[in-house]
Amino acid sequence: MRPGRRHLLLSLAAGALFVVALALGDQFLDSFQLRVSSLCAIYVVLALSLNLVNGFTGLFSLGHAGFMAVGAYTCALLTMTPEQKEMNFFLAPVVPWLAHLSIPFLPALVAAGLVAALIGFLVGAPALRLKDDYLAIATLGFAEIIRVVLTNTQTLTNGALGLKGLPMYATTWVVWPCAALSVAFMVFLTRSSYGRAMKAVRDDEIAAGAMGVDVFRVKVVSFTVSSFMAGVGGALLGHLLTTIDPKMFTFMLTFNILLVVVLGGIGSITGSVIAAIGVTILMEVLRFLDGPLNFGLFETEARPGLRMVVFSLLLMAVVLFRQRGLMGNREFSWSMFSRAGLARREDGRA
Amino acid sequence: MTLPLLLQHLANALALGSLYALIAIGYTMVYGILRLINFAHGDVFMLGAYVAFYCVALFLLPWWASFVIAIVVTALMGVLLERVAYRPLRDSPKISVMISAIGASFLIENVAVVLFGGRPKGVAVPDILNVKLTLGAVSVMSVSLVIPICTFALLAVLLWVVGKTRTGMAMRAVSTDLDAARLQAIDVNRIISFTFGSGSLLASFGGILWSYKYPQLNPLMGVMPGLKCFIAAVIGGIGNIQGAVLGGFLLGAIELLTIAFLPTLTGYRDAFAFVLLIVVLLVKPSGLLGSRQVEKV
Amino acid sequence: MLRTENVTMKFGGLTAVSELSLEIGKNEIVGLIGPNGAGKTTAFNCITGVNAPTSGKVIFQGEEITGLPRHQVTRRGIARTFQNIRLFRELSVLENVLVGCHLQLRANLFEATLHLPGYRRRDREARAFAMSLLEEVGLAADAGEPAVSLPYGKQRRLEIARALATRPSLLLLDEPAAGMNPQESVELMHFIRRIRDQFGLSILLIEHHMQFVMGICQKLWVLEYGVTIARGDPAAIRRDPKVIEAYLGVE
Repeated sequence: MRPGRRHLLLSLAAGALFVVALALGDQFLDSFQLRVSSLCAIYVVLALSLNLVNGFTGLFSLGHAGFMAVGAYTCALLTMTPEQKEMNFFLAPVVPWLAHLSIPFLPALVAAGLVAALIGFLVGAPALRLKDDYLAIATLGFAEIIRVVLTNTQTLTNGALGLKGLPMYATTWVVWPCAALSVAFMVFLTRSSYGRAMKAVRDDEIAAGAMGVDVFRVKVVSFTVSSFMAGVGGALLGHLLTTIDPKMFTFMLTFNILLVVVLGGIGSITGSVIAAIGVTILMEVLRFLDGPLNFGLFETEARPGLRMVVFSLLLMAVVLFRQRGLMGNREFSWSMFSRAGLARREDGRA
Repeated sequence: MTLPLLLQHLANALALGSLYALIAIGYTMVYGILRLINFAHGDVFMLGAYVAFYCVALFLLPWWASFVIAIVVTALMGVLLERVAYRPLRDSPKISVMISAIGASFLIENVAVVLFGGRPKGVAVPDILNVKLTLGAVSVMSVSLVIPICTFALLAVLLWVVGKTRTGMAMRAVSTDLDAARLQAIDVNRIISFTFGSGSLLASFGGILWSYKYPQLNPLMGVMPGLKCFIAAVIGGIGNIQGAVLGGFLLGAIELLTIAFLPTLTGYRDAFAFVLLIVVLLVKPSGLLGSRQVEKV
Repeated sequence: MLRTENVTMKFGGLTAVSELSLEIGKNEIVGLIGPNGAGKTTAFNCITGVNAPTSGKVIFQGEEITGLPRHQVTRRGIARTFQNIRLFRELSVLENVLVGCHLQLRANLFEATLHLPGYRRRDREARAFAMSLLEEVGLAADAGEPAVSLPYGKQRRLEIARALATRPSLLLLDEPAAGMNPQESVELMHFIRRIRDQFGLSILLIEHHMQFVMGICQKLWVLEYGVTIARGDPAAIRRDPKVIEAYLGVE
């Protein structure tokens, strides 16, 4: 069999296995575990979206929380029923045109992505003229502005009170297909000529321009697409947690995603997926650190924050000692195994 | 708006601007030498305030002794921060250094949450700074006058150090061209440590004064001032000490006076700095007093 | 083909290039020479849109292209290499050339990501073209290697292949013979003539290697401190007292 065909079959088999695993998981995991599993999937989407700009286009953007917030609010406001809105907006009534608007989840999810992409475009068009640390600070600034605006537009977002009682739409069969779609999208994109242009911009902007690549346009497109994905991720997160408020979308959230991307390897899709799942599970497993700790002889009082100390240390350790993260910029492929197998056989012969 | 009220607002803006200026100087000095945003600078500011607080609250030291201990301890922490988080990455891509800076910032904040607790702490303001001074219809707390005086005094000392001493000369050499400075037998590491030390000292000075003016501490208190002061440094022209001071005062004035004249915008206060940043970056990226840099092809 | 009219470029108080008026005819090989810091690379940057000249005009094939963005300049048929090699470090040798084919691919994000049939066909053609270019410069065997892993000489040739991939009519080479031994530079000379004939190119090159320049160029411009101090055919330049003074410092 040709390797190409064999790999296709292997991929199909892996896909089928994935679907079976989801079905089994959906059946047998308890609600807490399911929630963690969904969170993993959402982090896959978010990490890929950040990796698209940071890893593949070389733009150090720290504004992700802002685009997630836009997505989360858009989706929530579109899906909530008029009654729920009335209950939530008790300080000041919601703007009239939103009061009776209520659409199904999937179109709302797409709308969330589109609105986030639009905001991403509006932010990117000026901000992407900047480079490196200036871009980082400017995007961070835009994210803060978005958060401040959300806090202050009482009749649109319910301000600091946030929105409660969103329907729990982010089930296994929604979030994991979204994650799979994001992975597929990223794989095809990075292998295409457009992905190549992005990597060229990352490696050397001036040379990319000299090759006829419209550098600014590539940056804006990458940033907009990334914002779309962040918006979808944010919307999913909102509908998993069922409440959202502006405080959720601080720089801390961007930090978590950045941690995943750095840990997995900046510029590796495989790395982002593995790290998203790993970090999410670790975050839940280490939750005990924030509670009282029992060392047998003595017990410490609850110290919320210890868990984040661990994650900050983890991030610093990776940057200081293993800058390329888990995967560097390498990707998973089936031929990885056949190469390894070949090497082993040759070892045996020698 | 009546004149006394305007003067009152101006006095407050002057005090806030001075505090911003003190922190912004640290950003600008570090950026001038290493081309690095020291994300953890705001957290150094927070540490200064906490160390002073605990010296008074735990060890029952007088406030002035606490003040001195706190700025020395914090300056050393600034030096340590550079050693651990930045020095190993000096030849790494910019993105790695920034990630390390963000990691260091989060580490300090979360260690602070664990050590100091997440709940805000009230600060006992020294009596001498808590005197109400009245001049006609205008009345200000003494701390609001002490802050600008301290700032200008420190600025004068700093400008003397940078302009007139051998260390200052070496600092300028390193910021112009690090490698060339090394060839001139300048101990670059020592100069960088000195820069972080003095920047952190100013930040903790600012942090302690901040805690006397707004007497409440929490582990995340450095985040917003930190970001804003970086912005102040960019507005003034990053790498330029006078620029950082100018940016600090400008930012303080814009924040407080906008709120004073347009109270409906109060909720948007934290967004002003970012809007200003974006405008400056797009209109004059080199800042008010900065010089333009051209990328070599 | 290409004409610059009184192009001047100032950085702050420094005039890097002053009143430069170049002229390059079809299929000509023209040299731009001068001591270090004479403004040669800045002249390249003004032509290729890296810098917009402070004053003056750049006219290419009868159209003014002064101050156009880089990619627009490339789209009109001007390609270049860089003095301090600027390859896409993390891409493979083949991918580096494929980036140059970007223009021919003309795919939008969706076409490219979905690998639609039209895109696939163009992609196949681009790959074949890129491989033929690599063969041309003798790098076909290295196609899958990361660009950074190539030795210096091969990196220079890869830069040329990459520039050719944009299908230029004018090629600008910034010190193509830098770091080459006499044997290699003779080969490079033949190579440059060959690609000129094969692709119907006009070539403007910067080079310090006098033998190389004299051997290959039909016309020369000599810059010193941004000012054109001489122009003409190699034989005339060789005798020009000003040029001799600039190069040898003769009083």
